[in-house]
Amino acid sequence: MDSNMKILVVDDFSTMRRIIKNLLRDLGFNNTQEADDGKTALPMLQANDFDFLVTDWNMPGMTGIELLKAVRADEKLKSMPVLMVTAEQKRDQIVEAAQAGVNGYIVKPFTAATLKEKIDKIFERIDGA
Amino acid sequence: MSQEKESVISTATLDNARKLVESIEGGDLNGARSIMDDIASLREMDLFCEMGKLTRELHDSLNNFKLDTKMSGLAENEIPDAKERLNHVITMTEEAADKTLNEVEAALPLSDDIKECSLELQSRWNQFKDRKLTADEFRELSKDLDEFFPKISAGTVTLNAHLNEILMAQGFQDLTGQIIRRVINLVHDVEEGLVDLIKMSGNQAVEKKKEDSKVEDELNTVGEGPIVPGVAHSGETVNGQDDVDDLLSSLGF
Repeated sequence: MDSNMKILVVDDFSTMRRIIKNLLRDLGFNNTQEADDGKTALPMLQANDFDFLVTDWNMPGMTGIELLKAVRADEKLKSMPVLMVTAEQKRDQIVEAAQAGVNGYIVKPFTAATLKEKIDKIFERIDGA
Repeated sequence: MSQEKESVISTATLDNARKLVESIEGGDLNGARSIMDDIASLREMDLFCEMGKLTRELHDSLNNFKLDTKMSGLAENEIPDAKERLNHVITMTEEAADKTLNEVEAALPLSDDIKECSLELQSRWNQFKDRKLTADEFRELSKDLDEFFPKISAGTVTLNAHLNEILMAQGFQDLTGQIIRRVINLVHDVEEGLVDLIKMSGNQAVEKKKEDSKVEDELNTVGEGPIVPGVAHSGETVNGQDDVDDLLSSLGF
């Protein structure tokens, strides 16, 4: 796992974006950027070379699940690891996210340890592949 | 009944009355009878208009009734749910505030202690540089410095942990924000319902498009926000991160 990797954090609440950014910095990731919904995130992902996407589900404009599907449908972005951090905890939604190709799913409220564990797991699998 | 229609009817009646008098004076009894039939049919037309009006009123009342069931649904289910949601918001903000205050209260004595120790050591270090310390006093200072360094590093690790807990506690703003947004939507629905009721009682029925099914469809992609205790959620929900992990591993994750 490259600590210089470029991470996009997408959440409509700026407090949550700041929390995730701070936690990522604590884990050694300093290269993060923010977007407040899928609509702003998608062009950023397409125009830059992000390595990792952390997104909320419930956002106005374009939701996280729509963003995930758009990323998987984009030739250039489709293999990007995506971690969902959301308050949505319906079984159907988790199954939908899994089917859409999410790499990890964290329910809010979460702990710093959970975030670290899921990120480690995602990149273990990618680096091991 | 419209003014226009009324004046058409009264003109027709006047015409017929004149013709009737003429016919009777002229001894045309058959003609008089047919004019009287015309007058009767005009009366019937009047009756039909009145019936039309009543039908319209019945239709409006039925629409009113439909609206009332929507309002009673809001009153019976949505409003109590909203109260639960807002109570949950109070609980969450209280927990976050308590958590933050506890962490601050735990961190402050640590930083105070580090500050006092360093001030005290600094003054003795300055005395040493001014050659005012005896050999014994210097040995004492050296021993205290040896103890101080690991204390700083351990202290800052603990301080960082407290700061991180404060950071995580701010997550309440996102979660309560999502809950409050739903309540705002409900208040908006109630407002619309009340406006419709006022329009209805003012006898100006407005055709209102039903958007409920659209809202239902949106929910699955838009999401419902955090689970609120005591509030029914559509669909089966998981209970925390462990359940999510179990579900995902059952899906081959």
